[in-house]
Amino acid sequence: MIVPNARNITEDEYFFGHKACAGCGGSLAVRIALKVLGERAVAVLPAGCMSAVGFNFPQLCFGNNAMISTFAGTASMMTGVEAGLRARGISDFQIVGFAGDGGTADIGIQALSGAIDRNDDIIYICYDNEAYMNTGTQKSSLTPFGASTTTTPVTGRVKGNTHEKKNMFEIVAAHGIPYAATASIGYLEDYMRKVRKASEIRGTKYIHVLAPCPTGWGVDSDETIDLARAAVDCGLWPLAEYENGVFHINREIKDLDGIRSYVRGQKRFRHLKDSDLEHIEKMRDLRWEGINKTWIKN
Amino acid sequence: MKPYIRDNVPIWNMETCPKNTSYEAGFLVSKNSGWREIRPIIDSIKCTGCLQCYLYCPDGAIYRENGKVFVDYDFCKGCGICSKICKHDSIIMKVERQ
Amino acid sequence: MTRFFISGNEAFAHGIRLARPEVISAYPITPQTIVVERLSEMVGSGVLNSEFIHVESEHSALSCVIGASATGVRTFTATSSQGLLYMAECLPYAAGGRFPIVMMNANRSTALPWNIYGDQRDSLSQLDCGWIQVYAQDAQESLDLALMSYRISENCDVSTPFMINLDGFHLTHTYEPVDIPDQDQADAFLPEYSTENRIDFDNPKNLCFSAGPEYNTIFKIGEHIGIQNSRKEILETEESFAKLFGRRYTGLIEKYLCEDAEFVIITLGSISGLCKNVTESMRKKGIRAGVIRIRYMRPFPHKEISVAVSGAKSVCVLEKDISFGYAGTVFINVCAALHNEGVCVPTLNRIGGLGGKDITENDIQKIFLDMVEGKKDIAFIGVEGVNI
Repeated sequence: MIVPNARNITEDEYFFGHKACAGCGGSLAVRIALKVLGERAVAVLPAGCMSAVGFNFPQLCFGNNAMISTFAGTASMMTGVEAGLRARGISDFQIVGFAGDGGTADIGIQALSGAIDRNDDIIYICYDNEAYMNTGTQKSSLTPFGASTTTTPVTGRVKGNTHEKKNMFEIVAAHGIPYAATASIGYLEDYMRKVRKASEIRGTKYIHVLAPCPTGWGVDSDETIDLARAAVDCGLWPLAEYENGVFHINREIKDLDGIRSYVRGQKRFRHLKDSDLEHIEKMRDLRWEGINKTWIKN
Repeated sequence: MKPYIRDNVPIWNMETCPKNTSYEAGFLVSKNSGWREIRPIIDSIKCTGCLQCYLYCPDGAIYRENGKVFVDYDFCKGCGICSKICKHDSIIMKVERQ
Repeated sequence: MTRFFISGNEAFAHGIRLARPEVISAYPITPQTIVVERLSEMVGSGVLNSEFIHVESEHSALSCVIGASATGVRTFTATSSQGLLYMAECLPYAAGGRFPIVMMNANRSTALPWNIYGDQRDSLSQLDCGWIQVYAQDAQESLDLALMSYRISENCDVSTPFMINLDGFHLTHTYEPVDIPDQDQADAFLPEYSTENRIDFDNPKNLCFSAGPEYNTIFKIGEHIGIQNSRKEILETEESFAKLFGRRYTGLIEKYLCEDAEFVIITLGSISGLCKNVTESMRKKGIRAGVIRIRYMRPFPHKEISVAVSGAKSVCVLEKDISFGYAGTVFINVCAALHNEGVCVPTLNRIGGLGGKDITENDIQKIFLDMVEGKKDIAFIGVEGVNI
């Protein structure tokens, strides 16, 4: 495998001219994955930020074949495209889906589960900005504990989201999928390596990439990358892979105390008390206890 | 391939509009430069050609040419990520002139 | 051509086999299951060279064939009742995308109360989603429609998805002698599908895009024109079909003893057969009875119906559905057509067969007698003492 980097990836741009907010993490996740996959990739995107900003006739921002799917049907539409192209006798293509956290972990989880069950030859990428950003920041099941959203507002009684973030990576892995990985747009070379690796494996591949949203998270547009790195470094977003039935952790926690600065920098968390931060730290430590026991370090 | 602004965009009506919901990939009719309040300026002497700004630009608005990088100001939204990612302080953000 | 004694579902599955769809995706639901079971067997044995995708829901079944259709291949799915309603989001999606998907719907009651038997509330509730909708009367017509549907919907001026409705159990599970054409004949009748509306690596496309208020209407007009164009294509397809196979169909409606009829029942689906029998017996009693069987609900035969009943003294729509809070959906459509075409004739609506309840010969005789009596009401049949 040739590991992709800034020098050897194509000059071509396949997601360009789109109307995403300045500093959008999701658009970077889509742009980079398509540069790795190249012109034979067919992109399938359900309702969500990236389809809304990329496909508004007559401004069509995908340089490759791309289509909007039904919201709940990202994975099943990918299945259909894959089967159709194969039926036409076409080979050497990649079907790649880009669904948000809501499109993946909420409304699209049934179709995703079905596709993994059939082991359809597709790459499903969840760009996770931790809420329904396209409709104005409503809670999804991937919204982290404590985050204020428009449907988990900070009120007298409730202080933001009271639920933990759903563990999609391990849910997907539990299907026995050929390849699953987590990634962050803060570490693009790691993400690019995973996309390339996924493209070389047959069967269903799932990549869950953390993609901060400056608008919804309440930060400046130039902070996207720093936040995406900080989430990894403080252990809230472990970079990992699942392959041949084994979990691999790609990176240790670099900054054990980093949760505080990560959380304090974002408006969606500004109401959190020290006790809330302690809770977030406790949940992280529990997660890592499990990781350290059973996952392979590399 | 890279999506690009088309010349001679038709006036869309029953004759010119696509007959279904599919059309040429990468068909652009508008720029994004109007969004920008600050613009990145690359100091080509300080620039080492590490390409991190090119890699991390969410809009793909930085392009490579002969080992150097340039900003496509038609599509740069002025987010500032390139300036922040640059380890060599070779990109500064300047307020747009009115 | 060979004659077999098979059920409506089996006949239909043979029709689909002869049309050679390249991608089939379906989720099982009673009373549609036999269609997908037979097609699975055909794919498994190699009789049919298709991708058969076992999806986890009806929503995924239609999403999947939309994806496949966007690669330019011929596709098929089948459903019924709750399944149709579960895929409802995808129905206008397929129509708006102009994907000529063919779907079989086994007409079945909708919950609540739960019920697996036949009525037409499922498909009639989805009239407005942009699909061509046809209702078969018997197993032979089911097979023939399976074959004709692709030729109509794939026509480049039509490009509209096509829903073929078979009455649950009454048609899907009833055995009849059916002529099954040979593959050579089917191939001669049905041209290969070709479209520009597809993923293309030489000329990449952005598909299924958004269009804001400024352009949206243009696309919707196109969709409307497409389904309107099917009126002509249906007739032309039936003409070629008759030449090749010797069976002639009659366009959007079928008229039975209507030329001099004074009292006309308008209905659809498998109950038409019984209505025709009763019409004959009424004629023997000196009542000038007639039947119009609506074959296509979309495009709607507003002109054909209006012309056919222009000399009638009374018209009754008999249907297995109700639009709660008003009347039967077919009745509403028929009344609007008569009004718009300036045909002034008293109208009745009889709603029966809900949840599979039998509509008997007596029920139909009573309908004719109600017309003769000059009634002009909307009523349920088979349940006494109800006045709506």
